[in-house]
Amino acid sequence: MPINAESGEFKPMIVAFCCNWCSYAGADLAGSSRLSYPADVKIIRVPCSCRVNPLFMLRAFQRGADGVIMCGCHPGDCHYTSGNYFARRRMALLFSMLEYLGIEKGRVRVEWVSAAEGQKFAITMNQFAETVAALGECKRLEDLRCQP
Amino acid sequence: MQRIGVFVCWCGSNIAATVDVDAVAQAVKTEPGVAFSTNYQYMCSEGGQAIIRNAIAEHKLTGIVVCACSPRMHEATFRKTAATAGLNPYMVEIANIREQCSWIHKDREKATVKAIILSRAAVAKLNLDSPLTAGETPVTKRALVIGGGIAGIQTALDIADAGYEVDIVEKTPTIGGKMAMLDKTFPTLDCSACILTPKMVDAAAHEKITLYTYSEVEKVSGFVGNFTVDIRKRARSVDADRCTGCGDCMEKCPSKKSKSEFNQGLSNRSAIYIPFAQAIPNVPVIDREACIKFQTGKCGVCQKICSAKAVDYEQQDEIMTRRYGAIVAATGFKTINLGRFEEFQYAQSPDVITSLEFERLCNAAGPTKGKVMRLSNHETPKTVVFVQCVGSRSTVECGKTYCSKICCMYTAKHAMLLKEKYPETEVYVFYIDVRTPGKGFDEFYRRAAEEYGVRYVKGMVGKVAEENGRLRVQASDLIADKQLVIEADMVVLAAAIEPDPSARNLATLLTASMDTNDFFTEAHPKLRPVESPTAGVYLSGVCQGPKDIPDTVSQAGAAAAKVIGLLAKDKLVGNPCVAGCNEPLCNGCSACELVCPYGAITYEEKTVMDHGVREQRRVASVNEALCQGCGACTVTCPSGAMDLKGFTNLQIMAEVDAICR
Ligand SMILES: Cc1cc2nc3c(=O)[nH]c(=O)nc-3n(C[C@H](O)[C@H](O)[C@H](O)COP(=O)(O)OP(=O)(O)OC[C@H]3O[C@@H](n4cnc5c(N)ncnc54)[C@H](O)[C@@H]3O)c2cc1C
Ligand code: SF4
Ligand code: SF4
Repeated sequence: MPINAESGEFKPMIVAFCCNWCSYAGADLAGSSRLSYPADVKIIRVPCSCRVNPLFMLRAFQRGADGVIMCGCHPGDCHYTSGNYFARRRMALLFSMLEYLGIEKGRVRVEWVSAAEGQKFAITMNQFAETVAALGECKRLEDLRCQP
Repeated sequence: MQRIGVFVCWCGSNIAATVDVDAVAQAVKTEPGVAFSTNYQYMCSEGGQAIIRNAIAEHKLTGIVVCACSPRMHEATFRKTAATAGLNPYMVEIANIREQCSWIHKDREKATVKAIILSRAAVAKLNLDSPLTAGETPVTKRALVIGGGIAGIQTALDIADAGYEVDIVEKTPTIGGKMAMLDKTFPTLDCSACILTPKMVDAAAHEKITLYTYSEVEKVSGFVGNFTVDIRKRARSVDADRCTGCGDCMEKCPSKKSKSEFNQGLSNRSAIYIPFAQAIPNVPVIDREACIKFQTGKCGVCQKICSAKAVDYEQQDEIMTRRYGAIVAATGFKTINLGRFEEFQYAQSPDVITSLEFERLCNAAGPTKGKVMRLSNHETPKTVVFVQCVGSRSTVECGKTYCSKICCMYTAKHAMLLKEKYPETEVYVFYIDVRTPGKGFDEFYRRAAEEYGVRYVKGMVGKVAEENGRLRVQASDLIADKQLVIEADMVVLAAAIEPDPSARNLATLLTASMDTNDFFTEAHPKLRPVESPTAGVYLSGVCQGPKDIPDTVSQAGAAAAKVIGLLAKDKLVGNPCVAGCNEPLCNGCSACELVCPYGAITYEEKTVMDHGVREQRRVASVNEALCQGCGACTVTCPSGAMDLKGFTNLQIMAEVDAICR
């Protein structure tokens, strides 16, 4: 996303898909513990990581996102028992395809964050935002027709 | 077109200090669909809710966005507010601008921009919301308890006392479980039978309880409030209605060489048998494997002798189908197989026994009438070595990694009971740690060590070997840092406990989850300890994890309370955010069914319109009462036919679009 006109600082646009039961709660815990991470990260709540359709991630890149991360419950802890396993496999496939399409590996990530791991959530988002910022703008998939 | 109201909360200064709430309210005004926006100090307060209600009426709003704290906090509150003002409660979206914005960002400008974007995304989602109604299902007011140990009995009694019908399904011929086998119980040393058998009688006599012994659950379908269960009542070969329990048949039965399960194989029983004197029901069962009549066709003595004409060789297994609102798993445990722990010589030496066998030896109603004796020569042992943690807290493959929790206490109990009966006996206890957290537990253990002179040695037994008719026990004493050799007459192994082997199959039938050790898992390890993650399935006793009787009984009562809470409802309100199949798009490929963890998807032959052509074909159909709304199927569906209400593909895309603008 936009390079700040005054400071020249690049602010990446990052979408984070978080499952309702673990990682969204982990993000809430990061909040109530006042653990900061860049405001560039915007969270979308989904019931389970298995609700994240690869198409949603592609859509984000088409819309100009610079990085997309998906967080779910730890393997074995899925609220719906097996959702995150499906999500993990789907993402592995999607990520290899994205790399093939020229989206750098660092722009996508899967992380398991429990409801108790506010700190892990904040650390993950800090690291991810830093990596994405270092990669700069992502124009590869941007669909100009999507521009308002 | 929606008419959306946006309500930005200050949360006192929690939000307002970092986010310019007024700027947020102004910025969203121009978003499509927004008809009204405002901000207020505490949206969740009565005053805040009144603002929302009034605005809904005044501006004829069709939906509201509340920009406030996490939806995990107040989504339910605002849904209710909307409902009282006549809106569908699902026409509500929350923008989390506190936990995920004001609390983590310091820069007011950045935080405000982010809050605007998050609010925009919520508006975009709400634009595509449609009113949802949660389905209601009636509740069958009857519970099923699987397993008739103390856990199952207590759960059933508590549910029945509240006025609901309960069936207990027990796979052995009698209820009672392991507790019926015990002699005395720690920490009070009251006799196990004296406290258990009255409960067994109560359960049998209770007008609301039906016992199905010698029975097993074979099939489970349905869902919370409405399970349908097939129970196999195995043929007892004795008509329970006629039998008087006189026991003549057992006496006259010529086949007397079967190992008594109840006595842990320490005595024999007849082919037609009642496991123990106080068994409930007091009706024998024919072990067809051991019965001469069944094996060779000759015999029939029991039928001839039975004056009540109760023996029935023709009896068949019976499958009964019953409906239940709730199911409780109470399948208990068994001790692990010690055959692979060769260092202890359990399989080789009759004088090396398990603690459960020791219970039977101590028990006045047991195979030796309460005399503790060496099984090799029937002499009273002079030196007895108890070994704790056999297979518990173990790193070897045949052992268990967990602590079995009860062994420290029952070993102290055994040592004391032994010392009381035979004060001259030398008693050693080998332990890794002595763990006695429990009311009166540490005092109990100290009494064994201090008053009874039981010799507690910290260390593991390395080897047991039979030598000159005695047992040579080699062990290490970790505190004195030396090797010990003890000439013992008896070695008692506190074998680890593990879930009943049938539990795994049962978990599959119930779609309840298990941990790596096959204990049932609870819905939440701290906050929902007696519920399984599968709605309507509850856990009682050791099947959930190692426990002693006091803990088992408490958990049994807690499980009963949960069941009563469920059965007290006339209707269950479901989660309306469930999957739904767009039939014209579905090609019946079965992909969705394969990923659904709840078996919520089935297929139906239907007439659908496909591009204007009327066609008969197989399409997916979601059982809304079973669907938990995970969304796995929606992503799997290659045709895009499956979608999740409340989190539709279009809604999530709209959020993505609103964020990446
Ligand atoms: C040697 C020893 C000594 C002990 N001493 C004490 C003591 O002094 N004090 C104390 O507090 N605790 C003691 N305990 C612990 C106590 O035995 C348990 O806490 C208690 O028995 C647990 O009860 P439960 O109902 O959960 O399991 P169980 O007693 O195992 O009962 C489970 C029942 O379910 C049935 N079942 C299993 N699977 C199925 C199925 N698929 N379908 C139908 N039925 C099924 C079984 O046949 C059994 O009847 C001792 C344990 C041992 C091993
Ligand atoms: S949303 Fe989940 S629970 Fe519901 S039908 Fe689809 S896979 Fe099954
Ligand atoms: S995956 Fe989609 S197309 Fe296949 S059966 Fe399920 S709903 Fe129909």
